[in-house]
Amino acid sequence: MVLLTLALVVPLATAILTFLARRTPGLQRGLSVAGAAALLAVSLVLGAEVVAGGPIAATMGGWPAPFGITLVADLLSAAMVVITGVIALAVAVYGLGEIDPAEERIGHHTLLHALLLGVTGAFLTGDLFNLYVWFEVMLIASFGLLALGGRPDQLDGAIKYVALNLVSTLAFLAGVGLLYGATGTLNMADLHGAVPDLDNATVVFTTAALLLFAFSVKSALFPVFFWLPASYHTPSVTTSAVFAALLTKVGVYALIRVFTLIYDAGMPLIQELLLVAAGLTMLTGVLGAAAQNDIRRILSFHIISQIGYMVLGLALYTPLAIVGAIFYIIHHIVVKANLFLVGGVVKKLTGSEDLARIGGLWAAAPWLGVLFLIPALSLAGIPPLSGFWAKLVVIKASLEAEHYVLAATALVVGLLTVYSMSKIWLEAFWKPHPEPARAAGRGLDRGESWALLAPIVGLAAITVLIGLVAAPFYAVSTTAADQLLDPSAYVTAVLGARP
Amino acid sequence: MNSIILTAATRVITPLMVAFSLFILLRGHNEPGGGFIGGLVATTAFALYAKALGVRATRAALRVEPAAIAVAGLGLAALAGLWGLLAGGAFLEGMWPLLTTTPSGDKAGLPLGSVLLFDVGVYLVVVGSVLAILFALEEDVAASSPEEAD
Amino acid sequence: MELALAVLVGVLTTCAVYLMLSGNMVRFIFALALLSNAVNLVIFAAGRLTYAAPPLIADGAKAPADTVANALPQALILTAIVIGFGLLAFTLVLVHRAHQTLGTVEADDMRVAEPASDDDEAR
Repeated sequence: MVLLTLALVVPLATAILTFLARRTPGLQRGLSVAGAAALLAVSLVLGAEVVAGGPIAATMGGWPAPFGITLVADLLSAAMVVITGVIALAVAVYGLGEIDPAEERIGHHTLLHALLLGVTGAFLTGDLFNLYVWFEVMLIASFGLLALGGRPDQLDGAIKYVALNLVSTLAFLAGVGLLYGATGTLNMADLHGAVPDLDNATVVFTTAALLLFAFSVKSALFPVFFWLPASYHTPSVTTSAVFAALLTKVGVYALIRVFTLIYDAGMPLIQELLLVAAGLTMLTGVLGAAAQNDIRRILSFHIISQIGYMVLGLALYTPLAIVGAIFYIIHHIVVKANLFLVGGVVKKLTGSEDLARIGGLWAAAPWLGVLFLIPALSLAGIPPLSGFWAKLVVIKASLEAEHYVLAATALVVGLLTVYSMSKIWLEAFWKPHPEPARAAGRGLDRGESWALLAPIVGLAAITVLIGLVAAPFYAVSTTAADQLLDPSAYVTAVLGARP
Repeated sequence: MNSIILTAATRVITPLMVAFSLFILLRGHNEPGGGFIGGLVATTAFALYAKALGVRATRAALRVEPAAIAVAGLGLAALAGLWGLLAGGAFLEGMWPLLTTTPSGDKAGLPLGSVLLFDVGVYLVVVGSVLAILFALEEDVAASSPEEAD
Repeated sequence: MELALAVLVGVLTTCAVYLMLSGNMVRFIFALALLSNAVNLVIFAAGRLTYAAPPLIADGAKAPADTVANALPQALILTAIVIGFGLLAFTLVLVHRAHQTLGTVEADDMRVAEPASDDDEAR
């Protein structure tokens, strides 16, 4: 299948070309946006293909599965790649109005597309060791993006981000090595058949626990989330938005993939761990956010809190809960990226992200208020926006599974999210500016406002669309969940995919 | 570093090491060796040059900036992958344009193809990226005005 | 042999954890090197320890003549070494840059991104 390869070749080629064009900024910017648009186009065709014909697979280098590396897209992978394409285009355009020319020259666009390459690769690979390699591609690119400006706070954040993520990748690698030793294969479809046959429960649990730890760090689960609020508010807003949208979700995707295909999330002890971690993640994230006064730091803590809902969906491990988790991821990526992008415009208009030092935006720019309210209310779960349906499904699933404490936690966390969002609303938009003389702030020039606002409006439109016409998105999530819980089509696509 | 012995020896050793690294690169086709280890040997050669004659002289001798070498290597490796795809096979599948199959089923000809192209790409990626990091560190230590790492 | 390797992995991991807990980023880099070697040894041991020839095929032959070692763990370890090497080099540059800019390599003293005042500020 050429499509699967193209989804990787497009960001790789864009990364190379944007580097070659680094001395002609105009060309470089054009290439970056064109590459992101091409990625979106390829992902849409891929998505249509998978919706129409079920999972597809392709072998690399002509080595048949399970010996060679396989790329495979079932509906979950395809949906994640499509949403990656959407975010890619949004941040590529937004970057035109936000990124400092100096950072563009030393490699912002190249690193951005290298990051997209890693993310797409992680979503599409059917091989556990290859997943590790894509994680590293993603990590190296994100390290670069994070430290690009070289400001003190960036270096500080980058150190913590790098340190904790490197420890988690080593745990991942150890788990992969032990699993290979026990089963003799690294192909995930092959592992689906091999792991249940292992009679050594210790090996199964040890490897599962190592992978669980590694992916928990990636997805910022309680209690290993500390790298996230330490670093996400330090780079450029474009970088923050793409990190917030995609990086942690790759962790959640890996959790869902590995704990449905290879292990099952319902196995004893792992399920309890996941349930407790999910509940505490929701709670600590939202409480952490309540204590912050900087827009991007509030939003960073909310990522953690929202990750809790997705993992709760996986941990409940009922068909409805998995549907909820998938729907939640799709909704969350769009909304979260958009909130960061709005935060960036607030920063542009007022010169600060500290809520104590800004205000009066409702009077100065009411349109921005509307654009903020759409993702903010969706994040909090106000009907009829996308977040309402996502939360509804997850909470309904936890009630059906009789986890009443977790359902209550999810509801309370929703309320606290409303509190956080209304805090940003009241401080940044409603209250008068603390220094009336500077209240007018600076405006956006024309090119800038086009680049900054088009992605925000586009993502807001998607949010409203998911909210108003939830049925097709819900149907896709249901089919994706069915494919996860009964991966026979996935396994046939991979192991039958001999050239 | 100001040592006549080191400087004089480096001028002889560096070309030898680069030649040796190319030997390792080509040997890797069927025997231990290959792009990664060959690239490291070449990097060592340039690192020695930088120690003896300074980073500035090494940059001048390289003519191309290290990051560009790395990206060029990445491009070559990607092309080697696409070659297989465009020829109707899988991505990264080995392509041997100079090999023919004899009537008895054996292969004859020159085993030169996309695999070697890929290995050359790896070689350049290693040389470029390691030198970029090394130079960044060296220049940080040497100069008071730090330059951006690539 | 497995026992010796297991002990070695344990010792390496212990040292790595001890170094990581010190909070000094230079020690953390050493810890990272130790830990990645420990993990590589885990993969090596998981691929089974056998007395066998290197997995090379003689010139002209189509299959190895003798029992050969499992090549896959070696390939995995080689990949892991390459990636680990790159990450270690990057971390070294990052810590060096942080030392220049922030003037410290102690993780506890790095409070620029998350200022201490945030914690006790009661608004």
